[in-house]
Amino acid sequence: MNEIMTKAWYTLISLFVITNYGLLLGGTMARVRAKVQGRIGQPVWQPYIDILKNNFKRTGIYHGVMFYLGPVFRLAGGLGTYLFIPAVYGSLVFSNFSFSGDLLLVMYFIFFGQLGMALGAGQSGHPYSPLGVSRGLAQMTAFEVPFALSVIAIAAQYQTLSITEIVAAQQGGILNWVAFTNPLAMVAGMISFLGMSMGNPFSVVIAPQEIPIGPPTEMQSSFLGMLQTNRAIFNGAKLVLFMNLYFGGATNIWIMVIKTFLIYLYTVIVDASFPRFRTDQSIRFFLGTPALIGIAAVVLQML
Amino acid sequence: MKESNMDGLQTTATETEQQLEDMAKEMRLANDGLLEQDKGYFCDVRPHRVEPYKGIMESFANWARSQSLWILGFGTGCGAIELRPLMTSRFDMYRYGIQARPTPRQSCVFIIGGYASVKTLKRIVRSYEQMQGPKFVLGLGSCTVNGGMYWDSYNTINRIDQYIPVDVYIAGCMPRPEALLGGFIKLKQMIREGKCEGMNKYIDDFDWYKANQKQIIHDWNMPDYNW
Amino acid sequence: MATERQERTIQEVKDSDPVCDAQTGLKFVHVEADQAVAYITRLRDVQGYTHLVFFTAIDYIEDSIFRLTYMVHNYASRQDLGVQVDIPRHGTTMESIHHLWPHAATYQRELKEMFGIDFPGSPGLDDSFILEGWTGIPPMRREFDTKLYSEQTYFPRPGRVTHDTTAYMKEKLYPSEAETW
Repeated sequence: MNEIMTKAWYTLISLFVITNYGLLLGGTMARVRAKVQGRIGQPVWQPYIDILKNNFKRTGIYHGVMFYLGPVFRLAGGLGTYLFIPAVYGSLVFSNFSFSGDLLLVMYFIFFGQLGMALGAGQSGHPYSPLGVSRGLAQMTAFEVPFALSVIAIAAQYQTLSITEIVAAQQGGILNWVAFTNPLAMVAGMISFLGMSMGNPFSVVIAPQEIPIGPPTEMQSSFLGMLQTNRAIFNGAKLVLFMNLYFGGATNIWIMVIKTFLIYLYTVIVDASFPRFRTDQSIRFFLGTPALIGIAAVVLQML
Repeated sequence: MKESNMDGLQTTATETEQQLEDMAKEMRLANDGLLEQDKGYFCDVRPHRVEPYKGIMESFANWARSQSLWILGFGTGCGAIELRPLMTSRFDMYRYGIQARPTPRQSCVFIIGGYASVKTLKRIVRSYEQMQGPKFVLGLGSCTVNGGMYWDSYNTINRIDQYIPVDVYIAGCMPRPEALLGGFIKLKQMIREGKCEGMNKYIDDFDWYKANQKQIIHDWNMPDYNW
Repeated sequence: MATERQERTIQEVKDSDPVCDAQTGLKFVHVEADQAVAYITRLRDVQGYTHLVFFTAIDYIEDSIFRLTYMVHNYASRQDLGVQVDIPRHGTTMESIHHLWPHAATYQRELKEMFGIDFPGSPGLDDSFILEGWTGIPPMRREFDTKLYSEQTYFPRPGRVTHDTTAYMKEKLYPSEAETW
């Protein structure tokens, strides 16, 4: 009983840290983008105020039960993704539930939130929502291909699907990282990460100009606040996952912060320097070179 | 004797029913502009007042609202051209927590950019009602104040405050983006002081606003309140 | 199929040189209402004026006519030509030219709404163009008092003052330079 309580406390602490880290990271990166555009940019704490304001809205419109559940599923997807990844390797507090879940479960959770959101957005009845959802799911299916191939290559390399064991195998020096032992898998995975973070070449899903904001068109007030909170958690979870898979994980929280910051910075640099793909272009892109790199990584492991 | 008593009871019963029905009708909107088969698709509940929180809670909420102003990206007139420079590095509205949102559901500031023709006013009313409260309106340019240079036109309204409540006016034709930023800072100050209750004002004077709107929008083919 | 009389007039119009505006270089031709469409068809098909630039009407209430102006353009010679047609203000009907240029239907829809000129057969003629649900007289006809309508309809803000520009400038802004105005 006592153990369970301790674990629950650790989980809450871990969630609290990742939420705040995700929000601050989002604010910082908005400022980095602003600097690229020659602006001063919003305050770093702007995401907090936005969430507060959305939750302080006096009215909210709901369109049915699924509309309520959409953000809940999204949040469940974000939490599920994060809670089955060890944020800090070997730490009691931040290893989460990584002993009970493996890479395939995490990949499923990444998809789960989007599907739940699709149901919720569908019930809002706004034509732009399904349009955004269909774009999102099409693009997601495309970038899952190089990502899955990259995961298969890593699983073949270490003969395991457990993230903790993959991180454990990468300890003991920078040359043990997957980025150096299996560079092709790293390249395929990091390209698909661009699609996953919906940065600029692949930002047509939430395309603010052509279809207002995509899936969450009808989401307002506290629904939107919930989605924004989830975006912070989900961002943190994805960054931690990719750090664990390709860059040797982290043995303490400061290393985690540095590594995830650099991974995020990489997506922001790409985001700030490229124009946007159309959906069909991004699908063709993911099924082209990145998928071939992924296949090459798998084949090299099988040889 | 007995029969007449029964009659009396029945009439009182029907009268109370009638009263109840009338009361229920008063609480509902007529939605006369809609076709009979379309009425089922739209909500006919009257909008209701939402009281602000009390004391420090409301002050805190107002501070958060004033620091995160999301403007509706709906350029209603020529003044919309002054909104674009706000995003650029020269004026950079993001510094003040101002962002543009493409959907009325998520935005809380509506900028009436200059003249509003009757056709646009219909869309303004729809968009304004779809925004979730508390919501604020900035009247940009002289046309929103008194009609400006279009004051004697057959098709542009003279005063936007007859149709939706306005919090801050920015006079000029056209006001520069600096003036717009000044208006935003004034709006922030007013929100923090708790003076921007336009949403409740609209609901309190709902019938007056609706009468004004319907007086000039002749083809009213939308519900009386766009939830 | 133009009638014999129309054919004759077209020949006459073709032979006579169009009136050229000295300032703008625009050329204008004045055509009778019943021959206008045949003439414009000839301009389009034979003389190379393939582009309808605009199509508008002017209200000459003193002469009780509407003057329709069809502005066409010849890409080969880079020449604009305005075809002017006078039609009576009351019971106004004009032949439609939407079969020559599909986008003319939009101009005709606008003219129907703003001036009340009827173009039988033009598609979507009675759809509202800008004024949705307008019931009064068409607002671009000059007997329509737009100031009076605006004052009665749009809640003018009390206290609005209109200054005479010259006098106001003299008084307020440039007292010394007002003489040069």
